[in-house]
Parts: sequence; structure tokens; C-alpha cells
Amino acid sequence: MAGSTHASPIADVVVPLEGRPRRLSPGYEVWRKFRRHRMAVLSIAILTLLTAAVLFGPLAWRMPINEIDFTARLSPPSWEHPFGTDDLGQDLLARMLYGGRISLAVGFAAMAVAIIVGTLIGAISGISRGSVDAVLMWITDLFLALPQLPLLLLVIYLFRDFLKGWVGPEGGVFILIVLVIGAFRWMPVARLVRAQFLSLREKEFVEAARALGATTPRLVMRHILPNSLGPVIVAGTIDVAAAIIAESTLSFLGLGFPPDIPTWGRLLYDAKDYLDIAPHWALFAGAAIFLTVLAINFIGDGLRDALDPRRVM
Amino acid sequence: MGKYILRRLIIAVPSLLGISLILFVLLALAPGDPFGELATNSNIPPEVREALRVKFGIDDPIFVRYLRWLAAMLQGDWGFSFASRIDVDKLILQRVPTTLFVVGSSQILALAVALPVGVYAAMRPYSIFDQIANTFAFVGFSLPTFFTGLLLILVFSINLGWLPFVYRVDIAATGWLWYWEYFKQAIMPISVLGLFQAASYTRYVRSAVLDVIRLDYVTTARSKGLNEGKVVIKHVVRNALIPVVTLVALQMPAVFGGAIITEQIFRIPGIGSLLIAAILANDTPVIMAVTFVFACLVVIFNLLADIIYGWLDPRISYR
Repeated sequence: MAGSTHASPIADVVVPLEGRPRRLSPGYEVWRKFRRHRMAVLSIAILTLLTAAVLFGPLAWRMPINEIDFTARLSPPSWEHPFGTDDLGQDLLARMLYGGRISLAVGFAAMAVAIIVGTLIGAISGISRGSVDAVLMWITDLFLALPQLPLLLLVIYLFRDFLKGWVGPEGGVFILIVLVIGAFRWMPVARLVRAQFLSLREKEFVEAARALGATTPRLVMRHILPNSLGPVIVAGTIDVAAAIIAESTLSFLGLGFPPDIPTWGRLLYDAKDYLDIAPHWALFAGAAIFLTVLAINFIGDGLRDALDPRRVM
Repeated sequence: MGKYILRRLIIAVPSLLGISLILFVLLALAPGDPFGELATNSNIPPEVREALRVKFGIDDPIFVRYLRWLAAMLQGDWGFSFASRIDVDKLILQRVPTTLFVVGSSQILALAVALPVGVYAAMRPYSIFDQIANTFAFVGFSLPTFFTGLLLILVFSINLGWLPFVYRVDIAATGWLWYWEYFKQAIMPISVLGLFQAASYTRYVRSAVLDVIRLDYVTTARSKGLNEGKVVIKHVVRNALIPVVTLVALQMPAVFGGAIITEQIFRIPGIGSLLIAAILANDTPVIMAVTFVFACLVVIFNLLADIIYGWLDPRISYR
């Protein structure tokens, strides 16, 4: 494009190498560019801290999540309860650490589902062309036009009891939510992968491999797929944030996890009726969701600058 | 142009059919029998239950049931709400205008913020203004609407007491006072939804303008001696809007999703809060109908986007 401006200054900068030029691994190259996005590096630190807190926090903060203490009802933050307590006097820090595990786990698991389904459909579509491609892309476009939240609610309403009886209340809701969120997030990935496949399959190095007698599966697995993963990684990062928001939304509407599993969205749902007398309850849970999502979005932005500087959203 | 719109309309029909098929298959696959509660009721003899099953065709093959359901939907027979004791189509018609008002105003607000900010940021890439706008955009689309809604209620309703946090249809005022009350109660929901969308639209606009602003035809327009405002509005923005329209259309499902949350927080009597209430009350006919209406709204707005697209880029409509 004639003199277009990159969306981010990082993409424009040619980083001078100190000393004599040496061979850099692709991974190091990406890190070198990623490092220049200060907010993204800071966000990695924040996300690591948050993950460590929800993973190991319950080991250090040994307050039980469901100990009811009516004498400490709705108390604001104090040394005894750093994040305050809820309407039953349960310690909010302990509940948030425990609920954070679920929120983050749902985010990453749903991202994995979306990436796997999207890559599979995009790859099949991009390599086969013809009618298979047309049908798969029609389905992709149809899914993109579906009203996701209403359908998410509908599916959960219809299948919740069935799965509850099958794998237990917590596991059932977890599987259902992860599958359904994943099932509504794969379309952008499929489109990206297909676009990458369509351009890569005509490149010289693929041509060369084909001339050497490589079979189609080998071409896909060894040559095309690894080269098309850059945008997928970026989309996957953003998907984690979207999945965390989706899970919190469901819990916030009272249709996600059961009340005894305090995910961050569920805490907000319970807190919203006590907004006037105990605002700390809603603020800590909301801030946790916000901080996590913001950090993940910044990391996605940094990765995009490093891997795929032309795209913006 | 007329032919183009007609073609778009014809393309919209299969997607509506696809959506209705997905909805119906979901309902048919779902465990649980709509007459399950009759089975446990000892007052109803088994013969009556069987007769009811035959009458409603529960045991017919699935595609027969789908066609019958589709025919009933097309004829406006959307069933009867168990919870509200009223026909579903009447119930939905009462509430659709409120939802459209909130969603429409919030989209106008979003574009009114995103267009100037995005264009201005792209005219001076990497400047202080650009960086501030970018940071705000990131914060904006990382703040979930349910949290911003609660924050606004906390600040403006509880702490300051300026705005009501319950949306009322029956405002007890007339004339200008009525409009003023209506405006006051609509500010918070519309800004929650609008500013959230504005954040992502700003990024779309900025990158779209960046893509065209250095193109040769813009330089040509400047060297002809056109003033900057004309160059930006007539040459840059019109072309930059083409990808933006696509991205905004792709956001439509998310916009209606956001509307559900906002309606729930501020208790707006639209179809979003109707959906939640119906789910909590196990009111299946209403749930199905509202989901389908949401799907139709998304398809209609996509159609609208296609038409705007054809207007912005005449090459598309002549194909």
C-alpha cells in the first residue's frame, strides 16, 4: 500500500542490532518486538501475579470460603478481612481467590475450544476450496450472525439440568459453559486460518515442498499450519478475555455457576443488591474482572504488534 | 441499487431459515418432555395424556414438527406465555420499541464519539491525543457493561442522587417534564452501552483512516487546493467508513447481548429483560420467540449495513 501508516509505532521501527549481526530465532524476534510494547510487558507481569494469586493464594490465605459469621456481616475491608465480607459474613478475599480460579480456567479452556474448532474448520476450508469451502464459510457466516448471548442463555437453560445429573453440578456447568462459549467464538479464528491458508498455499516454499512429493497432510502440518499461527495466537489471546467476560455475564445474570461457586461474575450478581450499604463487595469483584481483561487485551495488542502488525482488531 | 437491495434481501432468507433450524433442533434435542409435568400429575389419566401428545404431534418425525412450527411462526402464532398469561407476539410487540430505542440511541452515541475521536487520532498518529484516546479505548472495551452499569448507579444514583436507576414506562408527568424525566432515566443505560461500543469503534475508525490517509488520491485532493476539512470529510472518511461498516455490522450480535445486560441492570422493560425473566420462570415459548426476535434484529441490522455499504462503495452494488 502506498505509504500507509501502521496502526502502531512499533511496527515501523527497525531495531538496530548491537555488534555484528547474528542469527536470531523467530521466537527471540517476536520477543524483541513484543518487549517494545511497555503496557503489554506490564500486563504480563500483572496477569502472572493474578494467576499466581488465584493458584497459590488459597494456600496462603487459609480463611474458608463458606464460613458464615453473622457478627461480621457486610463489614468493609479490615485487617481481618482485607476485602471485607458479604451478607453472610463470608470472607471475600478467600471467595475471590477461589472464584478467580474458575473464571480464569473457563477463559483458557473456552479459548482452547475456540482455537481448535476454528483452526480445524479454517484449515479444511482453506485447503479443500470448492463446495466444501463454500458450505463451511456459509456456516461460519451464519454463526457470526447469531445473537450469541440469547443463544448462550437458551442452551444453558435447555441443557443445564441434563448435564448436572450426568457429571455433577460443578463439572456439568463448567463443561457446558466452556463448550458453549467456545462454540460461539471459533468463527473469527476459522476465517483467519482460511485466509492464511489461501495465501500460503500459493507461496513458493509450499510449491517447492509439493514438487518434492510432499503429501497434502504433510504440507498442511509441516509447512502451511505453522506459518499461519501468528494471527491465531493473537485472536486466541483476545478470546481468553472475551470468554472471561462471557462467563462473568452468565454468572451476573444468575444463570452461570451455582451460588456456592463464587466466580467473579457471581460475586457481582450477589453484590448488586447491596450496592448502597456494601459497595466494596461489587468493587473488588468488578475490578478483578476489569484488570484481568485489560491485561489480556494489552498482551493481545503487544502480540499483534510482534506477530501481525498489519491488523488492528 | 434496487436490484442490489433485493439480492441482499434474498440472501437474508436462508440465514433466517438456518437460525430457525438451529433454534428448533436445540429445543428438540433438549432433554425433558414438555408434557413431563402432566405425567406426574395423578389427576390426568394416561389416555388424556396420549390424546394431548397426538394433538400437538409430539411423536411426529422431527422435520414434520419443524415445518409445522415454522408455519405457525410465519402465521404469527407464537404460542402463549405461561408466566404472563398473554399471547407471546403481543408481549414481545409491547417491549420491542423500548429495546430498539435503547440500542438505537446507544449506537448513535457510539458513532458520535468514535468517528471524530478516531479520525482526529488517525490524523495525528502517535501524538499525545492519539495515545490518550487509545488508552481510553482499551479501558473502555475491557470494562464489562455489567460493571460500568453498577459503577454508574453507585456514583450517580446512590452517592449523588442525580439520576433514577429504575427505568419506568409510566412516568407520572406530562409535557416537557415527561421528556425530561424520560431523558434522565435513559442517560445511564444509553451511555453504558454506547461508550462500550464507542471504545471498539474508535479503534476501527482510527485504523481504517490510517489505511487511506496516505494514499495518492488524498495527496491529489490536497494538491488541488481543497481545504483540509473537505479532504478529510469527502475523501478520507467516506472511504475509511467502508471497512468500519463491516466491522460495526459484525458487532451487532454483541450489541444486542450488551442490551440484555443493560436492560437487566436498569430494569428496562425491553425484550432482553423479558428473556431473562422468561428463563427464570421456565417460560419456553417466550424464550424461543425472544431468541428468534433477537436473531431477526441482527439479520435486519446486517441488511441495513449491507445497504449502507452499497451506498458508500457503488462498485459493490453494480456487481
